[in-house]
Amino acid sequence: MGLIWTMIAKRLGLGLLTLFVISVIIFSATELLPGDFAKAILGQSATEETLAAFRKEIGLDLPAYQRYFNWLGGAIQGDFGTSLSGNKRPVADLIATRLGNTLFLALYAAAIAVPLSLVLGILAALYRNSIFDRAANAAALTSISFPEFFVAYILIFVLAQSGLFPSMTRMDADTTLGEGLYRAFLPALTLTLVVTAHMMRMTRAAIINLLASPYIEMARLKGINPMRVILKHALPNALAPIITVIALNLAYLITGVVVVEVVFVYPGLGQLMVDSVAKRDFPVVQAVALIFAAAYVLLNLTADVLSTLSNPRLIHRK
Amino acid sequence: MSLLITLFWIAVVVAGALALGWVFRTAVIALSRGNLRKAMRTAPLTAAFGMFIILLYILVAVFAPVIAPFAEREVVGGQFLPWEAPHIFGTDNLGRDMFTRLVYGARNTVGIAFMTTALAFFIGSILGLLAATVGGWLDQILSRVVDILMAIPSLIFSLLLLTIFGTSVITLILVIAVIDSTRVFRLARSVAQNIVVMDYIEAAKLRGEGLWRLITREILPNAMAPLVAEFGLRFCFVFLAISALSFLGVGIQPPTADWGSMVRENAALITFGDVTPLLPAGAIALLTVAVNFVVDWMLHRASGLKE
Amino acid sequence: MKDMKEKPVLLTMRNIQIEGRSDETWSPIIKGVDLTLNKGEVLGLIGESGAGKSTLGLAAMGFTRDGCRISGGTIDFDGIDLMKASEATKRGLRGKRIAYVAQSAAASFNPAHKLIDQYSEAPVQHGVMGRGEAEHDAVELYRRMQLPDPDEIGFRYPHQVSGGQLQRAMTAMAMACRPDLIIFDEPTTALDVTTQIEVLSAIRDIVAQFDTAAIYITHDLAVVAQMADKIKVLLRGDEVEEADTRTMLASPKEAYTKTLWAVRSHARATQPPVEKGTVPVVSVKGVTAGYGQVDILKNINFDIHKRRTVAVVGESGSGKSTAARVITGLLPPRQGQVLFNGQALPADYRQRTREQLRQAQMIYQMADTALNPKLRLRELIGRPAQMYLGLQGKALTERIRDLLNLIELEPDKFIDRLPSELSGGQKQRVGIARALAAEPQFIICDEVTSALDQLVAEGILKLLDRLQTEFDLAYMFITHDLATVRAIADEVVVMQRGRVVEQGPKDEMFQPPHDPYTELLLSSVPEMDPDWLTKLLKERAEKAS
Repeated sequence: MGLIWTMIAKRLGLGLLTLFVISVIIFSATELLPGDFAKAILGQSATEETLAAFRKEIGLDLPAYQRYFNWLGGAIQGDFGTSLSGNKRPVADLIATRLGNTLFLALYAAAIAVPLSLVLGILAALYRNSIFDRAANAAALTSISFPEFFVAYILIFVLAQSGLFPSMTRMDADTTLGEGLYRAFLPALTLTLVVTAHMMRMTRAAIINLLASPYIEMARLKGINPMRVILKHALPNALAPIITVIALNLAYLITGVVVVEVVFVYPGLGQLMVDSVAKRDFPVVQAVALIFAAAYVLLNLTADVLSTLSNPRLIHRK
Repeated sequence: MSLLITLFWIAVVVAGALALGWVFRTAVIALSRGNLRKAMRTAPLTAAFGMFIILLYILVAVFAPVIAPFAEREVVGGQFLPWEAPHIFGTDNLGRDMFTRLVYGARNTVGIAFMTTALAFFIGSILGLLAATVGGWLDQILSRVVDILMAIPSLIFSLLLLTIFGTSVITLILVIAVIDSTRVFRLARSVAQNIVVMDYIEAAKLRGEGLWRLITREILPNAMAPLVAEFGLRFCFVFLAISALSFLGVGIQPPTADWGSMVRENAALITFGDVTPLLPAGAIALLTVAVNFVVDWMLHRASGLKE
Repeated sequence: MKDMKEKPVLLTMRNIQIEGRSDETWSPIIKGVDLTLNKGEVLGLIGESGAGKSTLGLAAMGFTRDGCRISGGTIDFDGIDLMKASEATKRGLRGKRIAYVAQSAAASFNPAHKLIDQYSEAPVQHGVMGRGEAEHDAVELYRRMQLPDPDEIGFRYPHQVSGGQLQRAMTAMAMACRPDLIIFDEPTTALDVTTQIEVLSAIRDIVAQFDTAAIYITHDLAVVAQMADKIKVLLRGDEVEEADTRTMLASPKEAYTKTLWAVRSHARATQPPVEKGTVPVVSVKGVTAGYGQVDILKNINFDIHKRRTVAVVGESGSGKSTAARVITGLLPPRQGQVLFNGQALPADYRQRTREQLRQAQMIYQMADTALNPKLRLRELIGRPAQMYLGLQGKALTERIRDLLNLIELEPDKFIDRLPSELSGGQKQRVGIARALAAEPQFIICDEVTSALDQLVAEGILKLLDRLQTEFDLAYMFITHDLATVRAIADEVVVMQRGRVVEQGPKDEMFQPPHDPYTELLLSSVPEMDPDWLTKLLKERAEKAS
């Protein structure tokens, strides 16, 4: 048992290291700016004095590593500096409610997509090459090929036109859960459609791969009934690939959320990021990028650890 | 009721697509000979349909100026004109001919996506093959760098980089190509690693062959099949990524005719029940579907041949 | 052997046809084979790779693998028509009345469950016995299968048990419901000869004890001679002939069977001893080598002289291939060195000169992976000649044609073929031509015949022998097969766990007295005599007591 814990500890350490390197990349990206950060913001016409004042204001006169540690230290405590645009609000304030909204949307979509796609994927694998499998496959392939905004606008055209669901999502502090589920239905459905397709195909491939192994043939040759073959022989070994599939697609949700939020004017992090990119509001872009990247890394890390824990060869050492 | 109508139209579209695929497949079988003919005989209708669509897009892109009735950036009338002659798909938010811009979009959007994919492939496969062949510290360094870059979601990473470098076509191509080349690297490396362990590579090394010949004559010819299939898949990803960025307003910039930005510019119409913004989005979807269908068949063939 | 005259018929298969699908078309695998098996009888099913042995064996259970189908014929198992029986009926038979033992036990046990749980599954599911009873029974069978520590071994996971033990545990599992018929699908092919003996004797005993009928599938004649009451020979999906074991061994009727039966006709004549003071072509001096912290080779010494063949013999893990890697420079040794004509070679092949690389060539076990599938023979064979000897244009083509003639392949027909357009034996010949093209003094042959069917292998050995005399070559011949050693070696080096346990001229090696390991190795090679296993076990038992 000792070995498995060292393995997990190693993975965790590696994950932390990755996060650290990513934070360096995200921070130093602004250092790559052609010319000066201040100039990029204030424009070529700014006078030397204003530039100098601005540099001092945002701490540009300090050396880069010092600014990095200030930024990282703040970020860990939830302080991401102040926004450069308009009213100079603290970035943390901008993010706070939106982070909740984005998480709500992602979980909403995941709650539908994960069970749906696992069931579809397993069924397609069991009845492979049947009409159902072929149709499901073609549909999944088609749905993967659609840009998110295409799916979103089709849904708006079909479902929001008739007034069934709102095409713009308002989320306030006093929105109840029921209202939230109703209002966020279309964005969640869009995400579900796209993610389900990916996840279904991967689940199918993983299960088919597994069903081809000699020990499954052995179980069938022992006269075990098909249901038991799946539950007792395939499933315990399928955990690792299925966990990987789920994690990959939840991670995909993170990026998918950006476009969907823009289409439905959903007040989440993705929309905030796109707005800030257009305004070149670096502190906000950096903060949101760091949050997205951290979520992504943590998801992959969790999947890694879980699939290590589900491997019988590792649990029961010689 | 509306659900039934929708289902009916989906059925019509599917049937139409399969019929097109059948016609195209029959035509190619009749006109070709040799290996192509043999391959086409076993091609599913979906793949035949995909090939037909890809061919169609290429023709439209090449002959865009001949096909389009107006100039790409010419304002020809009022804004948001309805679907009436001479503007078969009406006009856009600035009064430019929608059909013309769709045709030029095939050239711009697909062309940029293709160039980006090619560049990503060039970088990714060379580094991947090199890492697998040389191994040791070079492989370690490249792989760790790629691991880190891949740990950042690609859309987020490209948004970050585009914020910094600004949005011109050149930076767009470079940024997406670099980010996407990490995925190509992974694949090329793993494909090459399976080849490098073969005895014929050991034999070539013991013969004293140099690195260049090892890669070009011994490894690359055996890695081509999976790499070509991957090119199709990567093209889809790149194409969708660029469209998404353009749709978000940070990709290909106006006044270039581009499908992603066309959706964005005309999106308001959708709430009035006008399907015009769905046209460029559909054009994107149709091409990705087509490429995916063809790639799916190629992968299926490759795995079938192995058994 | 048992008297089987009064035994009732258990299984009848008539005119069985099985097809496999490739590229959307069905092509035949089994072309109308009949098979009859009486209760308690063992049928040996024998044939080369691709003969359809496993497919036919599985069909006896009414089972086909994915992509295959039974397209014609009848299967009658003890009055039940398996062609018409429902899936549920067949499921009721499988594991209970007909059981299966697979080739690779390591892959066929589910990694997620303990051995004893997998043992109990069939009896419990088929309602033969309760869980507790089944576990008790498992321990009893493990004991009968001579597994070490039978009370405990069932509570281990498959990856915690060795290959030979797993294979016996799988046979025990097949016996769990005391079936009427067991299909053994090459159960010892993946095992070393010394392990094989244990498994063979355990299988034979338990089948006899329970009077179980069996179909024993193998490509090894000597093995089937020990196990079967009667033998059926298959060739490309057709039956060649069938007879009881002794008749078949004594007087095979068909020409194909005779070629299989023929004892290796090729045997190298004894060479005069090497003159004292001759410098060996290759000399391995005190080599210790390994990967990471582990030493695979421990202080190895041997010489290979001009026009001589040294056979390096040992089981898997003995270090014989590692020795080849040290000589070629792929694995620099920790200690010791390799001399070539008395001169020390640089340890790493990357430091060797082109001339040094040219002098030592290699022929591989799997011609499939040793030839680049995308290159034509012209380039495969021509490249060394071009690189080392600087041949170009017409001279190069001439040389390639000469080499093709040497390996008995028609130049006009073969020069522009791809490896995929060659048979297994032809590919191996191309491997030889590629080595010859460098005009070396020394060639390493790494199990060059073990992937080939017997007749083809014989041809390769003859060719190598002829080339050796013609070009004064020194061979290092790595093999696990003692028949090959007899056929080609001048000297033998026996290796075990990284050490040389015995070495000397061939004739001495095959005469007693032996080192105990050499003795074990030599005596474990199955012989065609049907009484061989019985005699051997008796001898060993006597020696032990």
